[in-house]
Amino acid sequence: MLEEMTGAEMVVRALKDQGVEHVFGYPGGAVLPIYDALFHQEDLRHILVRHEQGAAHAAEGYARSTGKVGCLLVTSGPGATNVVTGLTDALLDSVPIVCITGQVPTHLIGSDAFQECDTVGITRHCTKHNYLVKTVADLPRVLHEAFHVARTGRPGPVVVDIPKDVQFARGTYARPRDNQHKTYRPRLKGDLGKIKAALALMAQARKPVFYTGGGVINSGRHAAMLLRELVHLTGFPITSTLMGLGAFPASDAQWLGMLGMHGSYEANLAMHDCDVMVCVGARFDDRITGRLDAFSPNSRKIHIDIDPSSINKNVKVEIGILGDCGHVLEDMVRLWRETASRADKSALAAWWRTIEDWRAKKSFSYRNSTEIIKPQYAVERLYAAVKDRNHYITTEVGQHQMWAAQFFHFQEPNRWMTSGGLGTMGYGLPAAIGVQVAHPDALVIDIAGEASILMNMQEMSTAIQHRAPVKVFILNNEYMGMVRQWQELLHGGRYAESYTAALPDFVKLAEAYGAHGIRCCDPGKLDEAIAEMIAAPGPVILDCVVSKEENCFPMIPSGKAHNEMLLGETAEDIGGVIDEKGKALV
Amino acid sequence: MPDSSTSHYPAAPKVEPVARHTLAVTVDNEPGVLARIAGMFSGRGYNIESLTVSETEHASHVSRITIVTSGTAHVIEQIKSQLERLVPVHGVRDLTIEGEAIERELALVKVAGKGEHRVEALRLAAAFGARTLDATLTSFVFELTGTTDEIDRFIAMMTVVGLVEVSRTGIAAMSRGAEGM
Repeated sequence: MLEEMTGAEMVVRALKDQGVEHVFGYPGGAVLPIYDALFHQEDLRHILVRHEQGAAHAAEGYARSTGKVGCLLVTSGPGATNVVTGLTDALLDSVPIVCITGQVPTHLIGSDAFQECDTVGITRHCTKHNYLVKTVADLPRVLHEAFHVARTGRPGPVVVDIPKDVQFARGTYARPRDNQHKTYRPRLKGDLGKIKAALALMAQARKPVFYTGGGVINSGRHAAMLLRELVHLTGFPITSTLMGLGAFPASDAQWLGMLGMHGSYEANLAMHDCDVMVCVGARFDDRITGRLDAFSPNSRKIHIDIDPSSINKNVKVEIGILGDCGHVLEDMVRLWRETASRADKSALAAWWRTIEDWRAKKSFSYRNSTEIIKPQYAVERLYAAVKDRNHYITTEVGQHQMWAAQFFHFQEPNRWMTSGGLGTMGYGLPAAIGVQVAHPDALVIDIAGEASILMNMQEMSTAIQHRAPVKVFILNNEYMGMVRQWQELLHGGRYAESYTAALPDFVKLAEAYGAHGIRCCDPGKLDEAIAEMIAAPGPVILDCVVSKEENCFPMIPSGKAHNEMLLGETAEDIGGVIDEKGKALV
Repeated sequence: MPDSSTSHYPAAPKVEPVARHTLAVTVDNEPGVLARIAGMFSGRGYNIESLTVSETEHASHVSRITIVTSGTAHVIEQIKSQLERLVPVHGVRDLTIEGEAIERELALVKVAGKGEHRVEALRLAAAFGARTLDATLTSFVFELTGTTDEIDRFIAMMTVVGLVEVSRTGIAAMSRGAEGM
């Protein structure tokens, strides 16, 4: 059906046709026609943020908690440059978002006009794809294509840059019938021959491990369910990256906890000692592998990934299966059953005994205190208080993020939103608002650090305006904790600029925004404070004052292998363990 | 740069042999496509030794980009995968591993001189099979088509007899045999 309308109306119409209900954004000169079109309708709800970076992270939180494409709308120039961090974050964590940017009119492009920047040039490296729409005739196709590209294959951010004259121009709108792109056709089904070879390898395994990641969650809920089925069918142990938490329930006996730099002892040693590794939707990131040439030296590796460039990028694998996790897992479950495959029971039992010995180390243990709140204890108590509620967790970046990953146990996918690849401080609060907009009745908590939260603190105002009752749970140690930890371990305790000497009073700050503020310094009163936070009807900041110099363990020091990880009690030796070369790494 | 034995980043490629590969990439001829490809190379630290681009199928807006790059087998594989995941890329072919591809370059070479140098320049041009596109009493502009090596040799010779300026197209390449891309 063809209809005549303006470019701005096409934007609103295309968003509705794509099923978008919420747009995060901030108006400005070059997007005024689109805001005018928004003004004339009721179906799309616009969430006004306080900084465009917040809009991008909110769209990310929205997308990751729903599985839908998140959408944001910003103006040209500074509007576009302010979303660059959010776009890069979404690119590294494969989050589907569509960002519509205004641009100066086509005849002014290149003239250094007011609020002009080369948006497609700037965002080319931090998007999956981007478009500058120079004529209204292209607009309907590009808008729909943008959603298609963002959502399918390995998801990611897409920018559509629309000059103001194109927003005013009239044209005919039609929703494209098919989404068959000329060149972009991601492959979903895995090669059956390779899947069979992978299953044969798994059936012979004596010390297998599943290593899973965010790809399982991106593939959809069905993929997480299939993963659970396959893990239970095989009886193999399973670990996951930070991004993949929740795909497999943390309460399950086969769960080893997160792996990597701050992962569990049993997960990392299982990775090191395994003979068959089944990687599902993870990408052998440096935070996972540690020292590459000592990474899982005796294993044969199977890698399932939708992105061909991820396979054999960092780690050479024996069987690389290109395809969507859900589709490949479906075939694996079916073929494992059909061929009545069995894992080697006695070998597996011996492997599990070894793993149980590692598990007995209790690598996440810490020394609790009755005097001062330990950050690990705070996360444990928070988990105990919210685990039976419908909850979603976001985080900022740093020590608190790792403690959240270690001590908060996720049972379901899409409940855990954190900035993994880019490590963006300031992600958690806007992301929590995005999650809350998508799930108005759920309990949404941003586990934060006092340094990170200040990076996008202004979004508290957004939460108030849009009645998003997010809870900000600050583990306040007055330091940029992870920076301080590295300075202690690697730089002789010279804490250059990692102490925040003039922190605001977070209770008063909450009140200034119109939120509820609570401070808690006493471990004995922590449960009470958490209960008050949960019970409050609106947004809350709970300033949880924790021990200042707690380090996050276990830790694989830079340049070390999985089996050289340090546990908490060996903390004093750590400075001597990292050599000069290790110190040069990030 | 930490050495590879302690780095948790990919080991430096020095232990593996580095080879030159010629890649033929067909792309949708949309604005910015060349920047996307060139930017992928610079952003990920890959080399471009030669790059040529032109529209080859006008009706369907398809351009062909010929890239000469070098790297270990692993790096070349990564380059191909990274190219293939760009949205406007139709296909990537590694002409080097598909057998001896035909590779040609065109060069315009200006030389100036008098007397014996002038005669020698003309004699060398004839020996290389170069065409004379422009001649004045004191200069020539030659056109030479050939492999990169031939053109390098021609330019080396011309340097002796009065080279003024060179313009080269970069490599155009195609696989042998009946099969198309």
